[in-house]
Amino acid sequence: MLDYTAMILAIGPELWLAAAGLLGVLLGALLKDRFNRISFTYGALALFGAAALSLLFYQGGEAFGGLVRTNTFVNFAKFVSFAIGGFALMMSEGFLRRHDTIRYEFVLLTIFASFGIGIILSASDLMTLYMGIETLSISSYVLAAFHRDSARSSEAGLKYYVLGSLASGILLYGASLVYGFSGTTNFAGISAAAPSIGMMFGMVLMIVGLGFKISAAPMHIWTPDVYEGAPTPVGAFFASAPKMATVVVFANVMFTAFGDIMDQWQLVIAIIAGMSMLIGSFGALTQMNIKRLLGYSSVANVGYALVAVAAGPAAGGSALLIFMTIYVVSSLGLFAGVLAMRRRGGMVETIDELGGLMSSRPWLAIAWTILLFSIAGLPPFGGFFGKWVVFNASLEGGLMPLAIILVISSIVSFGYYLRIVKVIWFDEPKERFETIDRSVTITVLVTALVSGILFMVFINQLASWANTAMLGLPS
Amino acid sequence: MGGFPIISAVVLLPLLGALIIMAVRTATSGSFTKEEAGREGRAALLAGMIISSATFVASVVAFLTFDIGTAGYQLVEQYSWYGAISYKVGVDGLSLPLILLTTFLTPICLLASWNSIHTRVTEYVVAFLVLETFMIGVFAALDIVLFYVFFEAGLIPMFLIIGIWGGKEKIYAAFKFFLYTLLGSLFMLVAVVYMFQAAGSSDIEILETYAFSPQAQTWLWLAFLASFAVKLPMWPVHTWLPDAHVQAPTAGSVILASVLLKMGGYGFLRFSVPMFPDASQLFQPVMFALAVIAIVYTSLVAWRQTDMKKLIAYSSVAHMGFVTLGIFSFNETGVQGAMFQMISHGLISGALFLIVGVVYDRMHTREIAAYGGLVNRMPVYAALFMLFTMANVGLPGTSGFVGEILTMVGGFQASTWAAAGAALGVIFSAIYMLTLYRRVVFGEITNPALNGIRDLNVIELVCIVPLALLTLLFGVAPNLIFNVTEGAANRILSLMVGG
Repeated sequence: MLDYTAMILAIGPELWLAAAGLLGVLLGALLKDRFNRISFTYGALALFGAAALSLLFYQGGEAFGGLVRTNTFVNFAKFVSFAIGGFALMMSEGFLRRHDTIRYEFVLLTIFASFGIGIILSASDLMTLYMGIETLSISSYVLAAFHRDSARSSEAGLKYYVLGSLASGILLYGASLVYGFSGTTNFAGISAAAPSIGMMFGMVLMIVGLGFKISAAPMHIWTPDVYEGAPTPVGAFFASAPKMATVVVFANVMFTAFGDIMDQWQLVIAIIAGMSMLIGSFGALTQMNIKRLLGYSSVANVGYALVAVAAGPAAGGSALLIFMTIYVVSSLGLFAGVLAMRRRGGMVETIDELGGLMSSRPWLAIAWTILLFSIAGLPPFGGFFGKWVVFNASLEGGLMPLAIILVISSIVSFGYYLRIVKVIWFDEPKERFETIDRSVTITVLVTALVSGILFMVFINQLASWANTAMLGLPS
Repeated sequence: MGGFPIISAVVLLPLLGALIIMAVRTATSGSFTKEEAGREGRAALLAGMIISSATFVASVVAFLTFDIGTAGYQLVEQYSWYGAISYKVGVDGLSLPLILLTTFLTPICLLASWNSIHTRVTEYVVAFLVLETFMIGVFAALDIVLFYVFFEAGLIPMFLIIGIWGGKEKIYAAFKFFLYTLLGSLFMLVAVVYMFQAAGSSDIEILETYAFSPQAQTWLWLAFLASFAVKLPMWPVHTWLPDAHVQAPTAGSVILASVLLKMGGYGFLRFSVPMFPDASQLFQPVMFALAVIAIVYTSLVAWRQTDMKKLIAYSSVAHMGFVTLGIFSFNETGVQGAMFQMISHGLISGALFLIVGVVYDRMHTREIAAYGGLVNRMPVYAALFMLFTMANVGLPGTSGFVGEILTMVGGFQASTWAAAGAALGVIFSAIYMLTLYRRVVFGEITNPALNGIRDLNVIELVCIVPLALLTLLFGVAPNLIFNVTEGAANRILSLMVGG
């Protein structure tokens, strides 16, 4: 007999999303093309509803005999992922309409991807984790190739699919090794099992597999290509909701399943973090395409997040949540800005095309400048505190070399963020961008306000939420 | 004033004004004709001047409520911000004069831009007002993280001011300015995080009394040096300054020389000396050496310049060398002299950049060789130029003299050689300044384009004359400043001994 109350308490948001997704399929079958237009509102409502539910069931619970176990740590990430996914969906409609690819399948795939996000965050078992990751990944592959008439989009989808499958295979192999040597797939059981060399192998393979999903160097190669090739709204989604979720899942697996053997994985994560920061920031320096640049920048930012992971749950747990929240909000805003770059009926994506944005669209330019400085970590904007908490965590966790790399990588990153600012403010005005959707403008302005100003003024509030969320982690 | 948050008002008033101007502009913007855009720009400049003048009035009110007899921090306001970090502002005898200098110069800078800035005027005013908030914030912050936030944030508006309204090489100069300063500041950030973790607080008053171990002090001191040496600037990390100065618009140069450079000296006095006394003692000879090299070397470099702004920029580096000398002499004379020198240099170099701006607006060149014989056409200009030349040289009766002599006396008590080296700088400064003056002002007019040049107009007079009056006033009555700075200077020195 299933305990429905416990089920709803544990994975209420996921159940809601699954229902919404399936109902969407039905509606699509019945209404056919008439569903296309309203599907975006439908999807956004589904995601915002899921976000609300993750707050409602914030304390979480355990269900399915320990296959899922949620706590405030993951529910915090769920809330941010779902809410930001909803925004990403809302601003996608105009883009897809113009490209004649407005189809309700896009919305349904996003809902199912979000369902996957919810499952991996809830997972407390290797099986659940793997299934969630596959749900998320397969939806993502299709989304990346969604613009099916475009060679670039198909290429991005294919590339993502081939490499992603490889990573999933590695993850699965690692998981099977861990299972073989610990005798259980449950995180709590793994944590209790005696560490052995075989388990270490499995753990490292799992780190590699998960590292691919969060695009940490050296498993990051797909990121710039997919960000560039996938339709821009898809890139915006990839860079926000799944990014938040997968990084938190990465931390969750490390903290709960392998929490007792932190000395074994700390160095591995530290090396990955250092490489991500350096490769990401140096890689972005020479990019001409704004989406590729954002791809590399996301690699670097994942590196910063991994610094917090390497610092361990006590020092880095809440830092991770704070940093990632501020980062994904800024990231979504920057992608929304890319969506606004349209001229003569087509997208333009090179950085130079932003020339003189300040004189043609001052508010957009100011908002974007705030986002860039915020993501670069320059005070007084919110992003500074994101870097600050990570930096603090790295020193608290005794990771001095990572702190130094963090500083170096930050300096390098100013090279490319400043270049965009330069183009926006100093260069000769280019032709005006075409009229942009209200939803895109609103997203840019709101994210700039939130990540730049509100997170700065009310950083204490965000931090106290993150600190409370941390209490849910099993110690 | 009771509980009225006067310091916060001074800090935030310009920012509020900038937001209002921006909002009004958005509300009224549409398809402008060129004429309407021009009128809009004038209106924005006027609004900016009114707001910054109001800020000046507010800072004067703060000064009047300030008790000169008390050494510690006054008018303190504290609100919890993030964990142990708080928004804490207040003033003492070190910060208040610099705040007054900032609020005094900003309206002048905006007025000086009346005839020289013609493009994107509204944004210019907004950038200046935002910059003013950050500059005042740097001096008013009593929390080290808040200080860092303001310190770094000031880069953004200055980056834009140089990059948008600057000269031919503006983008290069803007990037150099930004990255140079940022690089230095990130070292400071590392130190700030360390101090925050060690002391468990970012409150400057607590950090002042916290005893860091001598070894930690050395590293922290070096990290702060990286930031403040770039900002001050000290030889050999001064190379961003000539570029930034030459490319920045006149008002940008004024604010750069008069206020932004002072953040370096202020930082030494507020952090390096009282918080890391052992390390400061340890590095005293190094600082003296760097100060003397700065004074002598940059004076010689200034002598060979063909660009007026560059010459004054190098002279700024030399004069900041006196500030370093005074601060690291660790006696009351030296520290008071350094404070005085900062205020005085703020007035004099600001005025000199305005004076260069006057002829640049007319002739669109800063080459010294393009001028000569200006006295024949611009007598008032020549007189004011003379005054500031003499003040920059350090002639008794001007404020420049007081600052230089006191820092040298202070330095002499600590090291004879350092003072002797610095004295060379005084001689050199006479050489390069008088050469500049002779070549620009005296002689016959050789360049025919100069024949029709007009003397100062009312706006330029209104900008420059107050600076001239203050330079003379502080030159004959230096106690006006010393009375304010005395308590704080002694407090810093006693912290050094006590800590």
